[in-house]
Amino acid sequence: MRFQSNAHYIVTAELALAVNAAVTLQKPLLIKGEPGTGKTELAKALAAALDTDLLQWHIKSTTKAQQGLYEYDAVSRLRDSQLGDARVHDIANYIKPGKLWQAFTAAKRPVLLIDEIDKADIEFPNDLLHELDQMAFDVYETGETVRAVQRPVVIITSNNEKELPDAFLRRCFFHYIRFPDAEALERIVDVHLPGISKILLTEALQSFFGLRELPALKKKPSTSELIDWLRLLLAEQVTPEQLKQSRETGGLMPLFGALLKNEQDVALVEKLLFMAKRTR
Amino acid sequence: MLSGLFLTVRRHGVKVSITEYLDLLRALQQQLVFADLEQFYQLARLCWVKNETDYDKFDRACGEYFDGVEQLDLISAIPDDWLAPGFIRQLSDEDKAALQSLGGLDALLKAFRERLEEQQGRHAGGNKWIGTGGSSPFGAYGFHPEGMRIGQQGSGSRRAVKVWDKRQFQSLSSDEVLNNRSLQLALRQLRRFARSGAASELDLNDTISATSKQGGLLDLRYQRERHNAVKLLLLFDIGGSMDDYIHECRQLFSAVRAEFKHLEFFYFHNCVYETLWRDEKRRPQDAVATTQLLHSYGHDYKLIFVGDATMGPYEISYPGGSVEHYNSEAGEVWLQRLLAQFPQAVWLNPQPESWWAHYASIAQINKLCHGRMFGLTLDGLASAINQLKHKN
Repeated sequence: MRFQSNAHYIVTAELALAVNAAVTLQKPLLIKGEPGTGKTELAKALAAALDTDLLQWHIKSTTKAQQGLYEYDAVSRLRDSQLGDARVHDIANYIKPGKLWQAFTAAKRPVLLIDEIDKADIEFPNDLLHELDQMAFDVYETGETVRAVQRPVVIITSNNEKELPDAFLRRCFFHYIRFPDAEALERIVDVHLPGISKILLTEALQSFFGLRELPALKKKPSTSELIDWLRLLLAEQVTPEQLKQSRETGGLMPLFGALLKNEQDVALVEKLLFMAKRTR
Repeated sequence: MLSGLFLTVRRHGVKVSITEYLDLLRALQQQLVFADLEQFYQLARLCWVKNETDYDKFDRACGEYFDGVEQLDLISAIPDDWLAPGFIRQLSDEDKAALQSLGGLDALLKAFRERLEEQQGRHAGGNKWIGTGGSSPFGAYGFHPEGMRIGQQGSGSRRAVKVWDKRQFQSLSSDEVLNNRSLQLALRQLRRFARSGAASELDLNDTISATSKQGGLLDLRYQRERHNAVKLLLLFDIGGSMDDYIHECRQLFSAVRAEFKHLEFFYFHNCVYETLWRDEKRRPQDAVATTQLLHSYGHDYKLIFVGDATMGPYEISYPGGSVEHYNSEAGEVWLQRLLAQFPQAVWLNPQPESWWAHYASIAQINKLCHGRMFGLTLDGLASAINQLKHKN
């Protein structure tokens, strides 16, 4: 199987190679990139392409590595023991498999997405070293060992909020998704909004890249924001002429709220556009 | 088979291990790519480089290894090893005086381009070609009154008209790879836990007493989870004499950023005055009034200055003493205001402690901070944290 662009997701040659290498060599693939460049979407597209299940493990600041393996619900066992429930004699009744366990024992080789690993505590990746390397772990309560029937395809995403430890990185392949250029962006838009007119798209992309080039923006608009914005433009039936006009008269683009997500950025862009108009 | 490339990449500072080397070989064995240099490059990068900030180093290593890989721009067109710090020629003052400027910046750039085209090989120690340690206006580690510096780590004699070192412009907030665990572990000492959020953790003590009260019937009690609640305010001195300590500051910065959630940082130059900056480049739009800082952050914030405190004494004690602008109030006034608002404060100084005695300004600042100046070393950091933990 070769992973490539399809009707729903556009991949660059680099990224396709990275994914294929990770699938073939059975190593986790760590994906970084600006927010909104399709890191999470990649896992979904890959699962669809491989025609298999996608297991999503979303990491939060309170997530512990153990939760991905299994959780032993001692509290409900204690409660059951008081009520004299028969279930209480088998400890296995109180062990809830986590995402990794599910991935290891799935019938068909699944895609496991560990989303935003940098949100967790700094020790989190270290706690998963052995499990990701050997694809096996012990359940201490029952004494059994859970071993992967087949190694799942592991996709890990990070937003760079924390540095990941070297030992962890050594076990992964790494790919940084660069922001797409105008040509790739047109293909991506085409996949999401097939009916959009060429002239409107060209005008919109011009405004969009102009915005991304401004130096001091707090949050640069990304692909997903562009698509939302285009959707709005279509819904509001904004014409290419209106877009062009707003750019030339030095005002904010129509429906800018979809692209600029904080008020300092809006103020800054307004000021810069005004100054650009004055000097013209 | 690829050990040549492997060693070249390692020499360029990308930390590749044997495991990753074997990974690449395995990938090649699987015939993921075949007879395509570009694809091979992508595959090698995938296996070996684990951080996007290292991509550039890897590119340069490949450029060196595969002769003739296309260069991106004028600056990367100069191979790094020409500019490696072979030696720094010590020039006498007469020599320096004798050197004549080549004219304005435009003339310098033009001459640079011309000379780059003329030059074919590595060069060191002369007075015309681009290279290291000489007195040509182009190159690194040398001296020319209006020189242009290329590929040099620090600012040798701090006179270059234009610093072309790309590394220099990396903002501290960029994600520089630094995995200094010892620093991080030291900083962990500063953690202060407080319970917040939803009650989701079993409170064992409360459960036991509640259960006993019920005569043995289980009564579960929950409590809220503990979170790190310490709040930090970091003020970095930037530019000038601090250039020498960029590495140490980056280490501290990345360790702090990884560890604390409530973290605010600002930059200043030499001494704090009425304005601070959000960004290392200290552009006007990033300016923040110091008074705003005093008003927006509470007493519970712990304040850490990072600076070498090396300046003219008048920069601290006189109005108008700043080297950059006219300050109507002296630096020490602002320093005292900050210290009054944030009683838990320390000053971390990257200068070696043995030098402190030689600078009057260090003694001045240390006195203003009530002797809470510590070296930017692991020991110094440990004592500083100790100091911060004690409520005064």
